[in-house]
Amino acid sequence: MLLVLFRPECGASHGACEGSHYRGKDQPRAKGRRTLSNGVSKQVKQLDRVVIRFAGDSGDGMQLTGDRFTQESAVFGNDLMTLPNFPAEIRAPQGTIPGVSSFQVHFADHDIMTAGDAPDVLVAMNPAALKANLGDLPKGATIIVDTADFTTRNLAKAGYDTNPLSLVGDANDPLGSFQVFPVDLTGMTVEAVKQYGLSRKDASRAKNMFALGLLSWMYGRPTSSTIAFLEKRFAKVPDIRDANITAFKTGWNFGETTEAFAVSYEIRPAPAAPGTYRNITGNLALAYGLIAAGVRSGLPLFLGSYPITPASDILHELSKHKAFGVTTFQAEDEIAGIGSAIGASYAGSLGVTTTSGPGIALKSEAIGLAVMTELPLLVVNVQRGGPSTGLPTKTEQSDLLQAMFGRNGEAPIPIVAPSTPGDCFSAAVEAARIAVTYRTPVMLLSDGYLANGSEPWQIPSVDSLPQIDPRFAVAVEGEEFMPYARDEATLARPWAIPGTAGLEHRIGGLEKGDGHGNISYDPANHELMVRTRAAKIAAIADSLPPLEVDDPSGEAKVLVIGWGSTYGPIGSAIRHVRKAGHHVAQAHLRHLNPFPKDLGEILKRYDKVLVPEMNLGQLRMLLRAEYLVDAHGFNVVRGLPIKSNELAEAIARLVGEAEGVTVTLQNDEEL
Amino acid sequence: MSVDLNLPTYRSGTDLVPSLDEGETQTGKDFTSDQEVRWCPGCGDYAVLKAVQGFLPDLGLRRENIVFISGIGCSSRFPYYLDTFGVHSIHGRAPSIATGLATAREDLSVWVVTGDGDALSIGGNHLIHALRRNVNMTILLFNNRIYGLTKGQYSPTSETGKVTKSTPAGSIDHPFNPVSLALGAEASFVARTIDSDRKHLTSVLAAAAAHRGTSLVEIYQNCPIFNDGAFDGLKTSGQQGSDDGGAIIPLVHGEPIVFGTDGAKGLIRDAVTGGVKVAPVADVGLDAVIVHDAHNPDPTTAFAISRLTDAGVLHQSPIGIFRQVARPTYDDQARDQIAKAQGGVSGSPEDRLAALLNAGDTWSVA
Repeated sequence: MLLVLFRPECGASHGACEGSHYRGKDQPRAKGRRTLSNGVSKQVKQLDRVVIRFAGDSGDGMQLTGDRFTQESAVFGNDLMTLPNFPAEIRAPQGTIPGVSSFQVHFADHDIMTAGDAPDVLVAMNPAALKANLGDLPKGATIIVDTADFTTRNLAKAGYDTNPLSLVGDANDPLGSFQVFPVDLTGMTVEAVKQYGLSRKDASRAKNMFALGLLSWMYGRPTSSTIAFLEKRFAKVPDIRDANITAFKTGWNFGETTEAFAVSYEIRPAPAAPGTYRNITGNLALAYGLIAAGVRSGLPLFLGSYPITPASDILHELSKHKAFGVTTFQAEDEIAGIGSAIGASYAGSLGVTTTSGPGIALKSEAIGLAVMTELPLLVVNVQRGGPSTGLPTKTEQSDLLQAMFGRNGEAPIPIVAPSTPGDCFSAAVEAARIAVTYRTPVMLLSDGYLANGSEPWQIPSVDSLPQIDPRFAVAVEGEEFMPYARDEATLARPWAIPGTAGLEHRIGGLEKGDGHGNISYDPANHELMVRTRAAKIAAIADSLPPLEVDDPSGEAKVLVIGWGSTYGPIGSAIRHVRKAGHHVAQAHLRHLNPFPKDLGEILKRYDKVLVPEMNLGQLRMLLRAEYLVDAHGFNVVRGLPIKSNELAEAIARLVGEAEGVTVTLQNDEEL
Repeated sequence: MSVDLNLPTYRSGTDLVPSLDEGETQTGKDFTSDQEVRWCPGCGDYAVLKAVQGFLPDLGLRRENIVFISGIGCSSRFPYYLDTFGVHSIHGRAPSIATGLATAREDLSVWVVTGDGDALSIGGNHLIHALRRNVNMTILLFNNRIYGLTKGQYSPTSETGKVTKSTPAGSIDHPFNPVSLALGAEASFVARTIDSDRKHLTSVLAAAAAHRGTSLVEIYQNCPIFNDGAFDGLKTSGQQGSDDGGAIIPLVHGEPIVFGTDGAKGLIRDAVTGGVKVAPVADVGLDAVIVHDAHNPDPTTAFAISRLTDAGVLHQSPIGIFRQVARPTYDDQARDQIAKAQGGVSGSPEDRLAALLNAGDTWSVA
């Protein structure tokens, strides 16, 4: 989604924007109907949005295909959201349902908020990909299927007794409610790249680029960025490079010339606020946010991390940026990841550790040490399905209570949660601001959907990012150094780094005496310190902006409140309900601990509060406990984002109850 | 794919740590904090603390640039008693914290204080990985062969059959030999010393501090409450008038490894096992005795010597520096990679950040 809302002059009418936004990139194309030199007549249809899902075997390159299509769409100027979905196994048995990998991209001529509930187009590279995704398709969806793999053996692997393609047109056609295009993508690819002398196996691997070319033609995508990408990626293997580029172009030309595809589509660029944009995934944005926090604080960034899905890409990305003074340490385990980060923070770096839920479980004791020693530290949890190993490659929001309470003793820590892939950037900067200012570990709660999903992101100017002041302690002549003295406003203690003469002191996990910081077992001191640590975290609320409530009419009786990556599905569902003429308010929490100071008052303004989450009601539990509000839940734990249509129905029911009316949503179209 | 890292080699472990100004001096008192020492009377930790406080001034380093990191256990209270920077961290994790600290700052002298439970049980993973990485730090492993702070359970170095609160029928775990373990973990500096021999302890500390990389110093340390006398078999060794048959096998680089009364025993190659064995020097001749080579790149002989330590009740143990070889350190290499990356860039960090954010496929909306 485009976080920045419509440019005013564009908001009312897309037509008004046409002149300034429409194309201007490569491949300009006429509208309406046109006739090619070979006599084939092609119709061009206008659409406002499309959801495409590329699906194939894990080794078929579907993630790359989807990513390239996304980049082309981003450069073209559509708004978009993506949903990669892949198995945890690197190469699950070929041709089987568990081995299916897919990439869904939703792109539109307007601001969209989700990757789409259901695909309009499925590209299926083998029988398993067809079978695994068929259930998600609405009636009338388009299926483009590579026929090459529909052999008896592969059909059996996918669990098909009969080739579904052989039944097309029959009375019992299982694909009867869809528009099916069987195409020998592999065969045509192999034929097209014959000149490069590759083995059939190698040649057929370019089939994903053929598919990408075909889809790029269908949706009028600019092709230059993909060609440039392939040139760079395969620079050292000219045969493979040329084969992929040829397959891509042949796929495009196939669409242009074949009679099978009579229609191509046009989705105009989406209006957007002026600025420079790029497409960005959550993990990349988060890594950039950490680098930005280092630059804006003047602190060297130190990442101690152990590889774990879906967080590893942050480690990979940061390891490329040594020129920013970034140290990345691949530790022997999760505990050493955070241990090294604490050591680096103690040394005066911005210490960071990145992981997913199981890693947080292992780091819990060390987070407690950082709470006790009051050192700045960022703990990034890219959440995935749990418990235990759970669903490593799928998304969930079920670590909120772990973040809140998953430590021994009274050990409160601030929690910040980004709401979109691009928002991971500023959320990382915000988490660093809190960590450094308040000398505390901060939990940054991303999730798998944000991490791997992408959206157009308006690139911020560096000047607009907050400055973070580390304010290292210095010795004052004639004064005894007090490592646990408190700043009056923030209650933060001094950050006294080794190498500073006169500040020699000892810290540790044992209870600290107030002020001097020496070991203290005094009962009154313990009570004071426990309450002071809690008060310090609570005081962070003083630095937070008021919670934004989107309640345009001011007449809503129902408030929908969420956190994290449900922002998109909630926003989409809210639009749906409003389009049906009903009032509903939305608020989204970026700070889960402490809550914004006005949250309690906001919750009381509404008759009903609905909390949609990808868990069994963790934020709802916190809201009920903190504010005694009778919040309702909408809870989904499928490892996938909430479907906005289902949520819209739930909101509609609640609005109906609150207002004593029957709410009927107009259609199930994604907004 | 691997690349030649082409690194500079620093001579000393403290080369980049600021030293005292000319004319400035320090004494053990400068390194003594105002905190009351709370070990049990007679604890071997007192002797080690005194030795360390007495030794630190010899380094001539600025006090604020020395950091002691410890885990959990009796010995891990150590940092509180030294007037340097210190962190008393969590159980077993001190090497990981010290790794972050040493990597982030080249100007610090980093010390880890740990025990047999802390380093070899709960923190075993961090210990072996610190050793293989060769992070520039000195690890003092206080080995009393018992859990003291939790009041007397057997430890990973306790002899098999040990009767403790948790093993009334005798422990059935086979113990670790810390020196063998460290050598197997690719350690570049491994030594063993005894709490009661201050002179030897101090000389080992000096060598460990001078070594650039991870130095592991196992210190045999007596727990008078829960494992009293665990090292008595060694402590009379070599003392005047004692005739213990040579419980301590002293290791001195460049010297033949002889011990016992008048150096009557020596270590020779064991042709059958490929290891080493004890033989009367009179029988085999001094030429057959192994000359200790701590600098040998191949740790095989050092490992063989380490196996002469009794796994059960201690009657015999080699003492000294087993191994001391130069190897690039993790932290130097990490900093070097960053320095090289930074050498090729120009412009303010803010400008370079803006360039990073604006790289790749971007588009503009007017």
